Formats: sequence, C-alpha cells, structure tokens
Amino acid sequence: MTEPLIYELSVPGREGVKPPQLDVPPAELPAELLRDDLPLPEVSEIDTVRHFVRLSQLNYAIDKGMYPLGSCTMKYNPKVNEVAARMPGFLGAHPLQNPETVQGALYLMYHLQEALKTITGFAGVTLQPAAGAHGELTGVLIMRKYHLDRGDTKRDIILVPDSAHGTNPATTSMSGLNVVEIPSDERGNVDIEALKTQVCDRVVGIMITNPNTLGLFEEQIEEVTQLIHGCGGLVYGDGANLNALVGVMRPADVGIDVMHFNLHKTFSTPHGGGGPGSGPVGVAEHLVEFLPGPIATLVGATDEGYPVFDLHKPEKSIGRLKAFWGHFGVLVRAYTYIRMLGDAGLRGVAEHAVLNANYLLSRVRDVYPLPYDRICKHEFVVEGKFENAPGIRALDIAKRLIDYGVHPPTNYFPLIVHEALMIEPTETESKRSLDAYAEILLKIAAEAQAEPELLHGAPHNSPVRRLDEVTAARNPVLRYEHEF
Amino acid sequence: MVYVPHTDDERRAMLASIGVDRIEDLFSDIPQEHRYPELGLPPAASELEILQELRDLAAANLNAYEVPTFLGAGAYRHWAPSVVDYIISRGEFATAYTPYQPEISQGTLQAIFEYQSMICDLTGMEVSNASHYDGATAAAEAVIQALNVFRMKRRKVVIAPTVHPQYREVVRTYTQGMGLEIVGDDDLTRSLEEVVALVDKETACLILQSPNFFGEIELLEGLGGLVHEMGNGALLAVATNPISLGLLNPPGAFDVDIVMGEGQPLGLGLNFGGPYLGFYACRKKHLRQIAGRLVGEAHDVEGQRGYALTLTTREQHIRRERATSNICTNQGLMMLAATVYLSVLGKQGLRKIAELNYHKAHYAAQEIDTLDTFSVVNTKPFFNEFVVRCPAPVEEINDFLLSDYPIEIIGGYDLGRDYPHLQNHMLVAVTEMNSREEIDDFVSALAEDEAHEVIGGHTHD
Repeated sequence: MTEPLIYELSVPGREGVKPPQLDVPPAELPAELLRDDLPLPEVSEIDTVRHFVRLSQLNYAIDKGMYPLGSCTMKYNPKVNEVAARMPGFLGAHPLQNPETVQGALYLMYHLQEALKTITGFAGVTLQPAAGAHGELTGVLIMRKYHLDRGDTKRDIILVPDSAHGTNPATTSMSGLNVVEIPSDERGNVDIEALKTQVCDRVVGIMITNPNTLGLFEEQIEEVTQLIHGCGGLVYGDGANLNALVGVMRPADVGIDVMHFNLHKTFSTPHGGGGPGSGPVGVAEHLVEFLPGPIATLVGATDEGYPVFDLHKPEKSIGRLKAFWGHFGVLVRAYTYIRMLGDAGLRGVAEHAVLNANYLLSRVRDVYPLPYDRICKHEFVVEGKFENAPGIRALDIAKRLIDYGVHPPTNYFPLIVHEALMIEPTETESKRSLDAYAEILLKIAAEAQAEPELLHGAPHNSPVRRLDEVTAARNPVLRYEHEF
Repeated sequence: MVYVPHTDDERRAMLASIGVDRIEDLFSDIPQEHRYPELGLPPAASELEILQELRDLAAANLNAYEVPTFLGAGAYRHWAPSVVDYIISRGEFATAYTPYQPEISQGTLQAIFEYQSMICDLTGMEVSNASHYDGATAAAEAVIQALNVFRMKRRKVVIAPTVHPQYREVVRTYTQGMGLEIVGDDDLTRSLEEVVALVDKETACLILQSPNFFGEIELLEGLGGLVHEMGNGALLAVATNPISLGLLNPPGAFDVDIVMGEGQPLGLGLNFGGPYLGFYACRKKHLRQIAGRLVGEAHDVEGQRGYALTLTTREQHIRRERATSNICTNQGLMMLAATVYLSVLGKQGLRKIAELNYHKAHYAAQEIDTLDTFSVVNTKPFFNEFVVRCPAPVEEINDFLLSDYPIEIIGGYDLGRDYPHLQNHMLVAVTEMNSREEIDDFVSALAEDEAHEVIGGHTHD
C-alpha cells in the first residue's frame, strides 16, 4: 500500500489554484534573468488534498495511539492549543511591526518567560532558540562567554556523561570546545569518583540531563553541581526530561546554572513530524546579561495603567540565534498549556508521568531485563533480549510492536545499555492504554521464544515492510528524477 | 481539557502494582528540601477562560493581513491557499515525530522526499536536506558546511553587507567559538565587486543574497567560477527568496555551491516571526558535509518502494562530537506546508505569483518615484522589494502612516537601523497581497506626508 509521488500525478497544463488577475500595468520583465523552466508538479487541488490525506494515513501519530518514544515526551497535544495559535491577531503579526502594534504578542512572550522562570527557578529566560539542540548551543555559548568575560581564557572542556543525548557532544564541538566523557556508575548515576578526576581549571562546565536518559534521577546531583562550581565551572541542565520534574523540583534549586526547555515535549506543543520545536533557555542571575536577544521586557505603563512591553537585547549578549524572536506560534501553544494547568496541574503532570512509567515497568519487569533496578522517573530502559530467545534483538521487538498497532519505544539509546528499549508513556495515557501496551510487550516476549520468525519478519501489516536502508545509503536517491 | 485521565481507583491499583503507597513515594530520590516548591503561577484557567484571554491578546495586535502592509525585510505577507493549513492541521502529520520507524512514517518521509525534490527543482541544485530552523540559521549552517568541506583548515569567511543583517548576526553567533575571520560586511558600503575581491586561498566560503536585502537581483553568472578560482575552491553560498525563483533564473543554474534561504513565503503565516522554514540545498559532491535530516528512496523485502532517513552517520545521534551539526528537530510541519504550497500552486501558479510580485512592486516603485521628495534608489533590477529615499526619518513617516493618516498603513523597514549610511531610507516590500488600491493609498499617504513636511513637520499626539 504505497502512494505515488506528487510528481507522478502531474499532468502538463493542470492547475490547482488560481492567483488573482494583475490589477496594475505590467512592468517589463528582465528577459536575461528569467528561468526557462520550472519543473514543479502540475496537479489539481483535489489531487493535492487526496495525495496528502493518503500520505497522512500512512503515518502513526499520537492522535492514533500510544507513542512511548523515550526521551521525546510524546504526550497528547491539546486541541485548544491549535485554536489559540491560529487566532488572526497572532498569525498576522509581522515580526518587525512597531512594538506598539504588537503588545498582545509581547505580553504573551513576557508572561511565558515569567512562567518558565517560576517553574524552573531561573532568573532570566530567552524564548529565541528554535529547538532543544538550538537551546543547547545557546546555553553552551553563554557558558563560554561567561568565562571569557571574566578573563578566564584557558577553559576549553565540557564534561558529558556517557548516557547523554548525541546533541550534547555535537553542541560542544560546534561551540569550539572539547568533550570529555564521564562514565556512569552501577546505579546509573554520573560516576562521582570519575568526575573528581576530571574537574580542573580547564572545565567550562558539565552538561547533565536530569532525570538522565536511563529515566533515573541523578541521586548526587548536588554533589555534581558542587564539584563543578568548585573548579569554577558551570552546570548545564539538558531539559529534555523536565516532564518528570515540573512542579516537583526547580532545577535552579539544585545548582543548575543554565538549562533549555523543550516546549514540544514538556509543554505539549505538537512535534509536527520533526518540528517545529522550541527550546527556550533559562539562566541563573550571573548569566542573565549574556542571554541572546531580543527579550520581551516590561518597560512601563500607559496613562490608563496598562503594561507596556518592548524587546531588549541584554548588554553582553552572545548575539541572536535566529532571525526575529523565536517560534512564536509554538510559544502561544505552550502559554495556553501552562495557563490551563497552574501550579497543581503542572505538578500533576510530573506525578502522573512518573506514575505511568513505574506502573508500566511493574507490568513488564519480570520478563524484560532491567539493567538498573530503581524507581524510575518519567521513562525507563529495559533490554530487548531474552535468555530463552537468543536470536531476538531490540529491533525485532520494536518492529513487532508495529504489528499490534502501537508505536515502538526508542531503541538502541542510551548507548550504555545493550539492546536498549527506552519507554516513556507520558501522563496523558490512561491505565487502560498502559495495560494494553504491557499485554502486547508480554505477548511479544512469548512469541520471541515460540515463534521467533514472527519477530524477525516484522512488521507484517504496515504500509511497507522493513526497508533495506543499507542499500539506500550506499546508493542514495534523494529526489525525484525528471524524465526530460 | 482534563490533562490527566486517571481515576482514583486506577491510581490506587497502579500504586499497588508498583508497590508503593503514595505517588510522593516515587519522588523520594529528590533532595527533600527542594521537593514540591511553592510555584505561584496564575490560577489555572478553563478552556473557555483561556480562549477569552487569548482573543483579547490577539486583538491587541495589528494584523498585517487586514491593513495595507509594505513591510518585508525577511518576512512576507503572502497568500496561502486554504489547503495548506488543512493538510498541516491533520493530526497524523502534526502529532507524529521524526520518522525513526519508517514502516509507520511513510507519510512524513514521502512528504520530505517530495519537499527535497521541489527545493532542488526550485533552486536548480542537486541535494536538499529536510530543513533548518529558518533562513538565518541556514546561512550559518552554510558557513559550517564550507568549513567542514575544508576540514576546518580554512578559517576565513566573506559575507556581503547586502545579506540580511540578522543572517549576518546569526552567522557570527553560531561561529563565535570557531576562531573565524569574518570579513566583507565590516564596511557596510562595500559593493559586490569589492566583497568578491576579499576572497583568497584561506577563504572557506563567500555568502551572498539574491535578491539581496535591498531586493536587488545579483548577476551570478561567472561569479562561482571567479570565487572558486580566487579562493582555490572556496564555496559560493547564496541566500535567496523562493518566490522569486518562480520567475528568475535559480542560483543553481550558475556555478553556485550552496543555495539556502527563508521558506516562510511558501505558504507560512507571519506568526510574529516564527515558526518559519530554512531551506537548504547543495551539490552532490558535498553531500557528506551537509547537516540535517536526509530522506532517501528505499525498498522493502517485497520490493515495494518506500522512503527512509538516510546517510545518518553524519548526524549527532550517531557521530556525536564529530557530527556535521547538532541539529535534531527541524521544521517538519513547516516543510510540509511548503510542499503542499508548491504542489497546489505548481509550475504555473508559482510563476504567476512571482510575476504578480514583480509587476506590483515595480508599479509601486514607479508611483513613489513620481513624488517630489521620495525617490527609488535601486540601480540593479529588483524583485519585490526596493529602497526609497525619504525626506524625513522613516520612523516618523511610519508613525504618520500608522496613526495620522485616515487608514492604518504599515510602512516599510527603516534601513537606518542596520545601515548608518542609509538613514531616511525605507525598504518597501510589495507582494501579490497588495492590491492596486492599497498601493495607491500608500502613495497618496506618502504624498500627504510630503505635504506635511513642507508645511512644517509632523503632528503627533
């Protein structure tokens, strides 16, 4: 069951929509600058709609069922967010309009900044970064500039635990700094003894994800932050897993200096098949002046007492990270979410995310090997292998899950667990859907022993079966080739 | 909505299965003194209440689609066919994530493949990635790709002052730790010829924009060869406006190595600056140094055609500190919007839209130029934006247009903000959205402003 490419539906001369007639005298076109041909498809509107609707039906999505992709926080995306973001006054504001004409947008940005500060305990927030990795780059550049500004020029190392997301080391390199990897201990925490051997006056800081990618709270987080601060370094908190902590603990309270928040994870904005995300960054007091700008700022009040907002760039800013002010459309959704939850609601988010993960773990822990046996936070990592089914790998289990109509967990990450299956149910799943997922996992474990070929050949009833990605990468076909 | 579906009975059963008494017990590993802080957020609002609040906030903004608008400078008011929002609103697209499991992500994957194809067709290039955050970050990634082509052995980058000021700033932000020498826009009055002359054998790339920030179309013919020769293989990267490519020769028709830019004109709303779309295309020979996701054709065990993420060994989740970029999430849904836009407009529609932009901009320029004290200063051909020298500070003129003229008009961009030698110069954008009536109103308003100037200045109260 596949769908032709839109190019394959093209018929010369067919048109989809009608632009308006020209209502001014035409100018002379510069003949020497014009292109001869524009090989875009020629399809009708109904061709377009049917094509993309059929494509959409080949996708799995949260709106179809449980999507426990570890570290991605695939919670339900409330539909009220979409109504909010599409209000004409938001959709139609040009980013360079006179600030007096966009006070509603600036009000929203300012109050979202304030809410994120309240939730996390930081002194300043920028909404500019476009995604988590973009927020990481922002944070690491801030840390770097903080040291340089103090005349401390010899620092060039970022410590990164071996359980970290790949974006952490990649960001470090982009910032012109070097990575030193820190191993994890037998409880899944950063190995404090190993960390002690690396803290020195060359350390810019550490990037730490808490809860970490094993879904475990870093039990010695305060010892880590003290060690790093002790050598003059800063602590970067990767906020990918903030969903476990909202309303339960403010990251700034345990000594984190700078942190990004994924609005598309914790704050319910849709992932969009890979974006747009939004990765605001919060910083402690000593880093506020380095934030990228501009930042929405309260500058006064009108005669009638209404607040007046403007955009301001901090004095020693690292510079702007993207054009304009951030993914405003995503900010509207996150603002809506936070306003509808309040203090207790947000705490309930973290509590039920953690309850759901531990419950699902309790249902499968006797069958799936558990490398770190602790109370987990919002996600847990098991091994996708069985003693009584030696040929079965995590990949086979993931693909077999597809046959049962659910989305597989993240697999083969974190790298420190062999055959990792990283499961993050999120708080929006009910006990009923968790039970159904657990039953499927248990059934697959039984199949692994009884009928392993069912797993090796899976998925059997998806729109396509397992794709030969090796051949595809060896001989990449990355675009439609026209037949001229 | 109710954000958590659990009933009390279910909670009790779940806690029993876990083997703890209370939910709080699941958080005992968090330092006690920091557990459960008082936050103090505003009280939770119901759906009805929050929508009222947001409607008030949205109404406090002036909607550029509802008044005559001549402001562009990197974000443009264009018409988006209704099908675009219909498709991107579908939950199957909006609530999926990066297509890590290709068997159940063929919708997203094939859409990316079609997008890559359309960007190649539009730009005349060979390889497109699945998008960057916006035009500015795409420009920064072009610099990084060029540095990677030369294995970080070249540290000089030349960038024209006619590249969008925010793109130039983002390039500097991104690369501040890399020890680069960035030249070209240190003198904002440099001509293109003077900028090209700065390319030497230490140069990794030259970044240009065409149509440039002032709307002007640069002559790219022969430029790539020149840059390659003077720079011993240095790359030429060109930022462009995708709507202009409905009409104009694409940069890829010349010897250009990277073409990128802001994809917002392709069916995306203004949205107060985002989310937009960075499109990005390069030559096949530089495929290994491109950043971001790539989708390739693949076949399944039954020989069916399908699509999958490919060449992932360039990326951060595999290569970590040796990745071509740290990018992970990109602009999936915005990419889809552009794909639907380019599909439904197609070969003929995009050409018509581009022509409307060209003709209307030139009509506006011609009319403005008839005024005594306003003049169009562009010397090269332009697309849908041009520069007007004004008799007064642009800020004052814009205040007049917005507040003192009988209808609200959003005027052009104040170039003096970024180019000190261009005080009193306005960058005017005209698209297919500007009817003749809007353009005529704008010109009449400028004429009236001119009259105010003559009789002794503006009145602001």
